[in-house]
Amino acid sequence: MRWMKKDALGVEARLRELRYSFHVIRRNRLTYASFIFILGLVIVAVIGPLIAPYPEDALGAVHPERAFMPPSPEHFFGTDEAGRDIFSRVLFGTRISLWIGVLVIILTLMIGVPLGVVAGYVGGMVDESIMRVTDMFLSFPSLLLALVISAVLGPSLNNSMIAIAISWWPWYTRLARGQVISVRERPFVEAARATGVKSLRIMFRHVLPNSLTPIMVQASLDFGSVILTAASLSFLGLGAQPPTPEWGLMLSIGRYYFLDHWHYATFPGLAIFATVLAFNLVSDGLREALSPRLRRL
Amino acid sequence: MLRRLLLSVLVLLGVCIITFVIARVVPANPAAMWVGTHPTAEQIARARKELGLDQPLYAQFFIYMGKLLSGDLGVSIRTHDKVLDDIASFIPASLELIGTGMFIAVVVGIPLGVMSAVKKDSVVDHFSRLFSIAGVSLFVPWLGMMGQLVTSKWAGLLPIGDRIDMSISVINPIQRITGFYLIDSLVTGNFVAFQSVASHMILPALVMAAYPIGLVTRMTRSTMTDILEEDYIRTARAYGLREMTIAYRYALKNAIGPTITVLALSFAYSLVETFLIETVFNWPGLGRYAALSIISLDYPAIMGIAIVVAVVYVALNLLVDLIQAYLDPRIRLK
Repeated sequence: MRWMKKDALGVEARLRELRYSFHVIRRNRLTYASFIFILGLVIVAVIGPLIAPYPEDALGAVHPERAFMPPSPEHFFGTDEAGRDIFSRVLFGTRISLWIGVLVIILTLMIGVPLGVVAGYVGGMVDESIMRVTDMFLSFPSLLLALVISAVLGPSLNNSMIAIAISWWPWYTRLARGQVISVRERPFVEAARATGVKSLRIMFRHVLPNSLTPIMVQASLDFGSVILTAASLSFLGLGAQPPTPEWGLMLSIGRYYFLDHWHYATFPGLAIFATVLAFNLVSDGLREALSPRLRRL
Repeated sequence: MLRRLLLSVLVLLGVCIITFVIARVVPANPAAMWVGTHPTAEQIARARKELGLDQPLYAQFFIYMGKLLSGDLGVSIRTHDKVLDDIASFIPASLELIGTGMFIAVVVGIPLGVMSAVKKDSVVDHFSRLFSIAGVSLFVPWLGMMGQLVTSKWAGLLPIGDRIDMSISVINPIQRITGFYLIDSLVTGNFVAFQSVASHMILPALVMAAYPIGLVTRMTRSTMTDILEEDYIRTARAYGLREMTIAYRYALKNAIGPTITVLALSFAYSLVETFLIETVFNWPGLGRYAALSIISLDYPAIMGIAIVVAVVYVALNLLVDLIQAYLDPRIRLK
């Protein structure tokens, strides 16, 4: 019974933390506006196909008779070289970009965090070898590594996501390891060990949950960068393939036409900018909220 | 010092191992990949022999290392030239672009960071925060395109792409000394060419600077904020020195370290960013070469560029440590 009570307290503390974070987000108007904007993006990503005026255009329908129409009430963002409605494609692109962000972050966490937990908890040779491997990966600029891996795996959206995850996991391994090392020495871990709980269970049921906050903050910080990286890969022809309405890919094709048809590249690029900016502003606010030094002020 | 050098060598070995794994172990048929999209059986057999793919993995690695150390990065499938020669001929254009971009980042970013630290929570500070976050949120190719649209297409102020006007490069050709057009044209007194080169440089360099400006501003601001609260600054204030003198003469000197680190790292990042920017500006440098190699899946070229960029990255990291030690005696003592 006492166990349950303690657990409930933990949940309450966590809720209080969450409520506090939300309070800080609300206090800064810019951060709050970005937060609302992201909520809007999520809604668009979910119901996009329902509100897009020309959903068939997002999937690659071709209407040569209405190619390169400038923005108008029928086509808010104009049309592209195949007469497809750019507004509809940008709406569908929201879903793709957010999906990429979520999937890549999850994949990165799945590779990076367990390795970091093991390295930090077990220590010794295991720690040493895992960390040397992360060092090797970190000796490349991550975008370059993602490019090369994606090129070798073959150009496709899925491969590009795998490539980004492979180039990013070492950061999370380092972070998780550092956290675990500080949590490892706490009394409750010792208590668990004394009662004979198996190492694996201690690592993932006792240590990991108590190391998770900074890792999750870092994940939220990285969301914008993941979207940008994925767009870069698509722009160079390694990510999504035509006619997928991915923003980076739309810009990649748009660069042949944008000087004569300004609307082509403008709107997909604006979508990337607004999305990444919103994520970066929120994570900036979040970092301020969670930084204990600033909190005292 | 020696330890640090040794460490760099180890890191380079790591780079070689990773590129080896990516190029030779991950692909199902590395030999076929190495010779192009439609290889003949004979070509594949020759590549297998040349890369040593018929031997055990460790022997393959030694062959691979041997080739790397002798500067043999293979032959580009697309240009049919040696990859190392290609890289050597394209890299000055990229370095010139990155160098100019970094210069802009320093000239704009450091004062902006100092200003927002001195006038914390003022309008300037809020503006610079938004400005720097916007800088790292932009998709650079898009920024480049929008710049071309506004300054070239609509306002007609700047040329759209390339390094120099075609006609000028024919009539007033630039003598190649360093490969940096700005320097070469100036040194040889070729001012017509210099003007053309400079006007071609403005827009791509500004786009290049967008990302590092944000980083430099934020890093300068955060270190300056801490240092401005130190005792010696309070002493300087008590002496009645002007706030600007304190900021630039006394505080900045101690705040510059982390900014230099950020600059060096963003230099390395910019090397990869040239892949995108040079594509947009049709800039004949390493980045466009890389982008074209990627599109045509020219693996020897892609792997060669990856190795060269990684080596530059490691070298820059080493350089930063040395500069830090030079600037800050406390680090040297450790």
